[in-house]
Amino acid sequence: MIIGSRPARFQVVVDKNQCMLCGRCVENCSYGVFRIEQDGIVTNTRNCVACHRCISQCPRDAITIMERPCDYRSHPVWTAQMKENIFKQAESGKILLGGMGNAAPYPILFDHLVLDACQVTNPSIDPLREPMELRTYIGKKPKQLEYIQTSDGDTSLITELTPNLKLETPIMIGHMSYGAISLNAHKAMAQAVSEIGTFMGTGEGGLHEALYPYQDRMIVQVASGRFGVDVHYLERGAAIEIKIGQGAKPGIGGHLPGEKVCADVSCTRMIPEGSDAISPAPHHDIYSIEDLKQLVISLKEATEWKKPVFVKIAAVHNVAAIAAGIARSGADAVVIDGFRGGTGAAPAVFRDHVGIPIEAAIAAVDTKLRKQGIRNEVSIIASGGIRQSADVAKAICLGADAVYIGTAALIAMGCRVCGTCYRGLCSWGIATQRPDLVARLHPDEAAHNVKNLIDAWTLELAELMGAAGINSIESLRGNRDRLRGYMLDQTMLDVLDVKAIGA
Amino acid sequence: MCGIIGVIDKQRELMDGSSIRDALSVMDERGSGEGAGYAAYGVYPDYADLYAIHVFYDNLIEPKDQVEDLLETWGMIEHDEEIPTWEQPGIPKIHTPWRYFFRPKTRLMQRSKTPDDEIVKHIVMEVNKSVKGALIFSSGKNIGVFKASGWPEEVADFYRVENYEGYLWLAHNRYPTNTPGWWGGAHPFNLLNWSVVHNGEITSYGTNRRYIESFGYDCTMYTDTEVVAYLMDLLVRRHGLTQELAVRALAPPFWEEIERMPESEQRLNTALRLTYGSAMMNGPFAIAVASPDSIVGFSDRIKLRPLVIGEHDNRLFISSEEAAIRTVDSAVKNIYMPKAGDPIVGRTLV
Repeated sequence: MIIGSRPARFQVVVDKNQCMLCGRCVENCSYGVFRIEQDGIVTNTRNCVACHRCISQCPRDAITIMERPCDYRSHPVWTAQMKENIFKQAESGKILLGGMGNAAPYPILFDHLVLDACQVTNPSIDPLREPMELRTYIGKKPKQLEYIQTSDGDTSLITELTPNLKLETPIMIGHMSYGAISLNAHKAMAQAVSEIGTFMGTGEGGLHEALYPYQDRMIVQVASGRFGVDVHYLERGAAIEIKIGQGAKPGIGGHLPGEKVCADVSCTRMIPEGSDAISPAPHHDIYSIEDLKQLVISLKEATEWKKPVFVKIAAVHNVAAIAAGIARSGADAVVIDGFRGGTGAAPAVFRDHVGIPIEAAIAAVDTKLRKQGIRNEVSIIASGGIRQSADVAKAICLGADAVYIGTAALIAMGCRVCGTCYRGLCSWGIATQRPDLVARLHPDEAAHNVKNLIDAWTLELAELMGAAGINSIESLRGNRDRLRGYMLDQTMLDVLDVKAIGA
Repeated sequence: MCGIIGVIDKQRELMDGSSIRDALSVMDERGSGEGAGYAAYGVYPDYADLYAIHVFYDNLIEPKDQVEDLLETWGMIEHDEEIPTWEQPGIPKIHTPWRYFFRPKTRLMQRSKTPDDEIVKHIVMEVNKSVKGALIFSSGKNIGVFKASGWPEEVADFYRVENYEGYLWLAHNRYPTNTPGWWGGAHPFNLLNWSVVHNGEITSYGTNRRYIESFGYDCTMYTDTEVVAYLMDLLVRRHGLTQELAVRALAPPFWEEIERMPESEQRLNTALRLTYGSAMMNGPFAIAVASPDSIVGFSDRIKLRPLVIGEHDNRLFISSEEAAIRTVDSAVKNIYMPKAGDPIVGRTLV
C-alpha cells in the first residue's frame, strides 16, 4: 500500500429531499454503487462508471454524478490520467485496458471540414419536392461496358455484373460481435437494418440462430480466430468480410473474456463455455497479400461466387498502398477503420496511439486507387468515429462509398460511452451476457431507436445533398470540391486534397 | 444563365455563320458580354483529313516555339497561319489566335486503337498543362472553334464567322462566374471531334474531374464544361459506347424509373449507372454536344435549365430559346421541349 487511495473518479450524490426511496437506483446499478439503509440511499461512489442508468431511471431527478470532484493538483504534463495510469501499472505490472474508441484529445478532422451549398448560380434542390437518390451499391463495378447492338437497334449487354449489396442509404452498422454485445442488441440492430434496407455486420462471433430471419441483411465476418465460421455461416450472409484489423487496436487480435462466454455464446462461436476467446494478431493463413487473395477466392469459391467479399483493415500509416493491394486481391470492398473506432476492450496504449484518423485514410485510399486506375475494383467503406450525418456526408465527399457506424448505434440503444464494456456488467443490457441485464434491452424498442437514428441521418443527408444541388449520392462521392478546410495546415489540406475556406 | 444554339443539316448542306451570329445575338440577355464562341463542322474542306489545331498565343515567341516543337515531335505541320481577325471595339486582342493543319506520325503511338487521336489528345493536354502562354482550344478534323471574350455579335465579327461555311454549328453566349474575361473560358469547348456548349453549373464537377483525371485527362480551363468534352471522348471513343448510351451515362434515369423498365433494359441501365456513377453529371445544365456526324442535346435529370428543339426538313435545332431558332429559320416546323434527361439526337444521313 505504498500508493494508497486515489480520489474517486466520480462522486454520486443523492438528494435526500428529492429521493422517495423507491429503490430503482439500487435495482438498476449493476456496478453496486447504491444500497438502501434505514436513513436513505447510501452510495459507494468508487464503483460508479457514470453509465447513467440510475439517473435515467430515477423518477425524482434526485441523483447527481460529478466527475473528479476532488482532483489532483493540475499539471499540463502529469495529468490525472497519466498519474493514475502509472499508479495502476506500478501496482499490477500489466497492460492497461480500455473500452470504446480513442480517448486521447486529438483534433477531429471532420470538425475542420465544412460542406458547401448552392446560391444563385445554381438552384438548390428541395428533397421534399424532387427525387433524391441515396441508393448505394457496394461491390466491384465494371471498368467499362461491353455490349452488342442487335439488328433491331436494341442494346444487349455482355458485361456480367458481379454481386453487389444494394443499400437504400449509405449508412450500415459495423461489426460488433455477439459475445461482446448481447443478443438483444444484435436483434434490435438486425431488425432496424432490415426495415431500412441496409446491412449490419455480425462481428467475429458467429451468427446466432435467432438472427437467421435477418440473414439477408447480415455481413458475416471471418476473423483470425475463425469463431463461428463454417460453410453454412458463410452461405447465410449477404456478404462476407475478412477482418484483418480494427481501428481501435491495429496490429493485435481480440480478447473476449471467459465471463462473457455463456452457453449461447459458446454455441454460436463454437468454443467451450467459459473459455476466453482469443483471436490471434494475424490470420495464421495470411502472412502476405497473396495469401489474402487465396482466402478471398476460397471464400468466393465456397459460396459459389454469389457473395461480395470485403476486407477490413485498420487505418495505419501505409493504408493507401495496403488498400491498393486488397483491390487487386479480388475483394469487392475495402473497409477502413479509423483510429477513433470503438471496441469492447483494447489495450489503451493501442487505442490511443496507433493508427490514423479515418478522414485522412479515406482521402489517401481514394486518391491512390484512382491514380492506379482501380477505384472501380473496390468500394470503400469508412468507419471509426462517424458521429453524425455531417460526418457521413464529409466521408463520402472525401471518397467513401458508404460508412459503418458502431458506437452511434449503441448510443441510440442507451449506451452512455462509459467505456467499461469489457467488464460484462453493462447496465443497459448492451455489452453484457448477464440474462437479467440483457432483458433490460427490449429488441423491438431498441430497433425502433436505431432505425430512427439512421432514418434521421438519411433525411439530413438528403437535405445536405439538395442544398449542394446534388440529387444522387454518386455525385457527392469523391466530390472534394464541395468541402473546404477550416484551420487546417497546408500539409493536411494537401493530404485531403481540399481547398481552404475562402479559396 | 448563358444561351446556346446548335444546328445540324442532315444532308451536310453548308450554312455560313451569319444566321447563327444573329440567333446568338437574340439571346444577349442571357450573357454578359464576357464570352461567346462558335464551333463549325466542315469549315476546312481543303485540309479535311488533317487535324485543325487552334491555339491562343499570349505572344508569338516562346510559347509558339514550344508548341511547334511539340507538334513537330509528334507529326508534321502541313500548313499554318494566323487566324484572320478584325479588331472590334469591345474585344481587346489579348491573344493571337493561330491555326495549324497537322498530320500525326501514327507509328509513334503504340497500344491505341485510335493512335492519331491519342497523339493529338496528348499534345492538347501537354500544351494546356505545361506551356505558359499557349492554349489549344480546337483540335478536330475539318472543325473550327472561334471564341473570345465579348458579346456574341462582336466575337462573330472579330472572326467574321460569315466567311466560314459548315453543316453543323454550335454557339454559346456566356454569363461567366468562374473566369470572366478569359478567352479560354468561353464555350464551345473542344477536344478532337467533340465540341460542347453548356448552360449551367455542374455540381458534380469535383467527382467528374477526379474520375476523368484518372484516365489521363487534365482539367486546365478552370471551369466545369471541359469535363463534358473529355467524358464524351472517354466514353465514346475509348470505351466504345454509342452517343446515346454515353449521354445516358451522364444523365441517367432515376432508379425508380429503371425499376419500371423491362428486365433487359433494367440490366443495361443498372450496369450503366454502376459503371459510370462517377461520370454522371449533377446540377442544372442544358448541353449540346457535337461530333462530325451528329449533334446531341440533353438537360439535367430534373430540367433546371431550358432546352428547346426545332425541326425543319433536314435541319435540327437545339437552343435555350425558341426565339433564337426562329431567327435562323422563321419557318421552323416542329418546336418542342424534350423531357428532362432525354437525349435528342440529330444525325447526318450522308
